[in-house]
Amino acid sequence: MKKIIIVPAYNEEENIGRVLAATEECCPDFDILVINDGSTDRTSEIARKFGSVRVIDLPVNLGIGGAVQTGFIYSKEKGYEVAVQIDGDGQHKPGEVRKVLSPLLDGKADVVIGSRFIKRGSYKSLSFRKVGIKMFELTNRLLLGERITDSTSGFRAYNKKSIELLSRDYPDDYPEPEAIYFLKKNGMTIIEVPVEMDTRQGGKSSISLVRSVYYMVKVFLAIFVLILRKHD
Amino acid sequence: MENVQVFRIQILAIVGSGLLIIFILELIRRKRLKEEFSLLWLGMGIVFLVISLFRKLLDKFSYLVGIGYPPAALFLILIMGLMVILIHFSVAISELKEANKRLTQELGLLKKEIEDK
Repeated sequence: MKKIIIVPAYNEEENIGRVLAATEECCPDFDILVINDGSTDRTSEIARKFGSVRVIDLPVNLGIGGAVQTGFIYSKEKGYEVAVQIDGDGQHKPGEVRKVLSPLLDGKADVVIGSRFIKRGSYKSLSFRKVGIKMFELTNRLLLGERITDSTSGFRAYNKKSIELLSRDYPDDYPEPEAIYFLKKNGMTIIEVPVEMDTRQGGKSSISLVRSVYYMVKVFLAIFVLILRKHD
Repeated sequence: MENVQVFRIQILAIVGSGLLIIFILELIRRKRLKEEFSLLWLGMGIVFLVISLFRKLLDKFSYLVGIGYPPAALFLILIMGLMVILIHFSVAISELKEANKRLTQELGLLKKEIEDK
């Protein structure tokens, strides 16, 4: 079975090396694909030092959604049956890949989300961010009737069906919560498994306070519009 | 005296709208402006030309929508026209952004294909 790990990275020279080393070690049965999203630093150069890592350099910065979607298109074209997304900032532990992978291999779901909140992990989150994530959880329960605790988590595993769907359509910025609704709407089953995540080790997160407000507004608008839309 | 002033502004308005139309047509002729984007501008030029040629129309329109001061109706029409044009721009920019994203992805994938050969 062809499996791939997709690592979107934008200016992650401080973290990408460590992430890739850990990924290579834990998952020799996976191909690793780095989507360098128009970085201006040495991200691509460092990634290319790893012999087994494939690198796609995007000429301009598309944002996380466009970058990850490039990975989906690649996976679809190359006939991968499983794709796991790990962020390039070192937040997701490659050692946890098996946890998101196994429900997928058992055929229990089309998409598996690694959640920080199902069990108490070591992840420490700022309070305002937690409020936002709680709001997403409540919205999920109201609109989907399902308990999805970590809507913003980008640590996800996809099967062939969901790869195919998302290679056609995936949100541009802050795609994770919105994608849950899009996937559900198109009949995909999603389950969550508990994983541990690290707080960021180097570089800075792409999300500041002002941006988190924009994040919330944008996501809720997108979800609202998605409900209004009939079928794509 | 009042008549002379009204006459003056009428001439100015006719000339102004005429110039707008000619300017837009000239931009299309020189291929500086795509037809798609010119239609709304031309439409606005024509509306203003008609209003300046037949001033009674503006009075009638104001009365119809309940505006007491006819020149205010002019601003209403102007602002509505500009709004439509701006929304059209936002749509066009969104389409460009989507196309741009697809092109960038395709370019990245193609570069990878070439590297692998």
